[in-house]
Amino acid sequence: MSRPLVELAGVSKRFGGATALAEVDLTILTGEVHCLVGENGAGKSTLGKVVAGVHRADEGILRLRGEQVTFRSPRDSIAAGIAFIAQELAIVPDRSVLDNVFLGREGSALSVVRRRAQLAEYAALAARTGFDVDPLARAGSLRLAEQQKVEIMRALARDAELIIMDEPTASLGGAEADQLLRIIEDLRAEGRTVVFVTHFLADALAVADRVTVLKDGRLVRTSPAAGETPDSLVTSMLGRSLGSMFPDARVDGPSDGDAVLQVRALSRPGEFAGVDLEVRPGEIVGIAGLVGSGRTELVETLVGLRRPSGGSVRVARTNGPFRSPRHAQRAGLVMVPESRKDHGLVLGRTVRENVTLPHLDQVSRLSFVSRARQTAVLETLLPEVGLDPRRIDSPVGELSGGNQQKVMFARWLFERPALLIADEPTRGVDVGARAGLYALLRKVADEGSGVLFVSSDNEEVIGLADRVLVMRAGRVAGELTGEVTEDDVLRLMFADETREEIA
Amino acid sequence: MSTLGAQRSHIKLARDYGVLLSAVGLFVVLAVASAPFRTATNQLNLLDQWSTIGIIACGSTLCIVAGGFDLSVDAIFALSGVIAAWTTVHLGSPVLGLLLGMASGLVLGLFNGVLVTIGRINPFVATIASSVVFLGIAQLITQGSVIAVDDTAFSELGLKRFGDLTLPALAFVVFAVLSAVVLARTVVGRKLYAVGGNYEAARYSGIAVDRVQIFAYAVSGLSASIAGVLAASRNSSGQADLRTELAFQAITAVVIGGVSIYGGEGTIPRALVGVLILALIGNGFNLLAVDPAYQQVLLGTIIVLAVAVDAWARRTQR
Repeated sequence: MSRPLVELAGVSKRFGGATALAEVDLTILTGEVHCLVGENGAGKSTLGKVVAGVHRADEGILRLRGEQVTFRSPRDSIAAGIAFIAQELAIVPDRSVLDNVFLGREGSALSVVRRRAQLAEYAALAARTGFDVDPLARAGSLRLAEQQKVEIMRALARDAELIIMDEPTASLGGAEADQLLRIIEDLRAEGRTVVFVTHFLADALAVADRVTVLKDGRLVRTSPAAGETPDSLVTSMLGRSLGSMFPDARVDGPSDGDAVLQVRALSRPGEFAGVDLEVRPGEIVGIAGLVGSGRTELVETLVGLRRPSGGSVRVARTNGPFRSPRHAQRAGLVMVPESRKDHGLVLGRTVRENVTLPHLDQVSRLSFVSRARQTAVLETLLPEVGLDPRRIDSPVGELSGGNQQKVMFARWLFERPALLIADEPTRGVDVGARAGLYALLRKVADEGSGVLFVSSDNEEVIGLADRVLVMRAGRVAGELTGEVTEDDVLRLMFADETREEIA
Repeated sequence: MSTLGAQRSHIKLARDYGVLLSAVGLFVVLAVASAPFRTATNQLNLLDQWSTIGIIACGSTLCIVAGGFDLSVDAIFALSGVIAAWTTVHLGSPVLGLLLGMASGLVLGLFNGVLVTIGRINPFVATIASSVVFLGIAQLITQGSVIAVDDTAFSELGLKRFGDLTLPALAFVVFAVLSAVVLARTVVGRKLYAVGGNYEAARYSGIAVDRVQIFAYAVSGLSASIAGVLAASRNSSGQADLRTELAFQAITAVVIGGVSIYGGEGTIPRALVGVLILALIGNGFNLLAVDPAYQQVLLGTIIVLAVAVDAWARRTQR
């Protein structure tokens, strides 16, 4: 039972200039469920990927069953009995679920794929996991949570001895997440070893035998899960208590000036329905809810990326709904999107270009871009968002996640917006930079803008927002003000229909 | 966590300066090895010979930077010359013919842009298909033969010289300078980079992404028609099956110069270095009397290297 399966000694990993892991020593015992926890950017995913052979350590030794190994690619680690379930799912969208589950296990190149045998094995897998996914469905047509199940079944189909899961519950709803935790327990009962990377501490404590806490790429401690509580983990993850990260709310409360955002009965079929929402100047409103509850769809509709089917939007003195982000911007409504890399930044271009992209008319003369004007604005704007102005001509692809996010905020604070929307503002941002972003959002509000943000981190919603809206299945399930607890938020997030009627 | 200062990867450095160094090196080698190469006449001849590909390479650069790809430039090149010649012969006005020919590229480019953006057709497929259509139209106009123009006013444009400098060579220089300024200094240039670098980010930033890409295709078409009309003028004729290798050569030059085929990166000076390398290789092999088959092998190898270096540079950028 307690034989070491994997041992890491002095493992370090750098990406560009950023240190992701620094001299980590870790032992994973045969048959245990070992959780890696830490803030975003703490290195927990990187550590999982080093063990899985996705990343190669720059320094240090990796031993498997006592023997030193070097994985050149995931192919090597799969051959060694290790399966990795990535956070960014690796399914082949145009193939069937069945093909995806048995991907890489079809047999030798010349042998015929034995479909009947695969279907039988699939049925057994489905029974074992309790997952109900049509094996003949096209994998790309599945919802995210279903795709996650396909990934999990693929790992099981490979009969791996060690299964590494990177944030597997992040895209799953409550019931599905519980199902996954049961599967992990089943795997342990079968004698398999599971490494479970998560930032959901409750999940970690529910299944783990041992927990390893990482902070800024360093291992803080490995200890039995039984001796830990969510609080004890948070304290060692952050090196300070959570409360100190958030700026104080405005003492006099938000002003009672006219609302900067007024939304009435906004709907979009299949995404959200009958949403009423108001944000006043100086106010920070947080939207909580599960992934898939319609939060991102709602804010994307507000800025004109999607068309609502009904309802009204009014920003400051302009009536929406808006046809495009440009129209929204003219009315004073701007958004920092959820995915910086996909929807925000042009990674190959400089900070200067990325920040001024939507404001080129203001930094140009007769259609010629004026570097002098750009520099003049950015020299005051960049320090305001906490970015070193010497970075002005760095390609944004070379910046850390936190600094990239500051570039996004600089872009949309170039002109003070009436309403700033931020979708998951601290995703992929390390702890130090987070506190800075919270302070920035508070400052923006204090200066008279409204702030509306979406977050899956309930502590963040509670800590930062003056008012919390909880969305569930496309509707506003409730609004919370005053002393909000995480329990209140969770109750609204997961409440079922009957409970709603009572309330 | 991260350290200050931009750490550029070695691969990027190789890409940025390696191409330039090889061009300079090639130039020096040829200058030393071949006396005829060194003459100013040879240099200006080179400029004249490569003006067609040079002009089109500039247009292609804008298009590729914006995330597009235009394989129809050889068809536009031919069709615009045919339109110019036909108009001159049938309407009797060489000025109108030349202007209409050049304007046709703008319209055909717009058409490509609309296919790709509003029609959401893959750029390769859209521009290959449109080039078949364009060539078909050119065939219909010429009815399979050559439209000869015996109006000296028509031919003057392509044959005009200022000393050893020809008008097409001058047009190349002017077009290159203009497109370089547009790409590097103007608002629309910034938008081209943004749209090619990250289409969605540009859209989320309120850029009219479709309009920007249509503009890029229009410029690409215009460059082909300017080159096409100059060639038709010099030949005193319009012809449908003419220089079908142009799209390939222009794109080769652009890629060798280090303009990323994935969009969002690259400059006109780089594309010009690519044209220079192509020209030097062609000229050098001729002057040194090397079997042209070697030239093809070398060219192919250089293309693969250029694209691979670009792909590697992208991988380290994440």
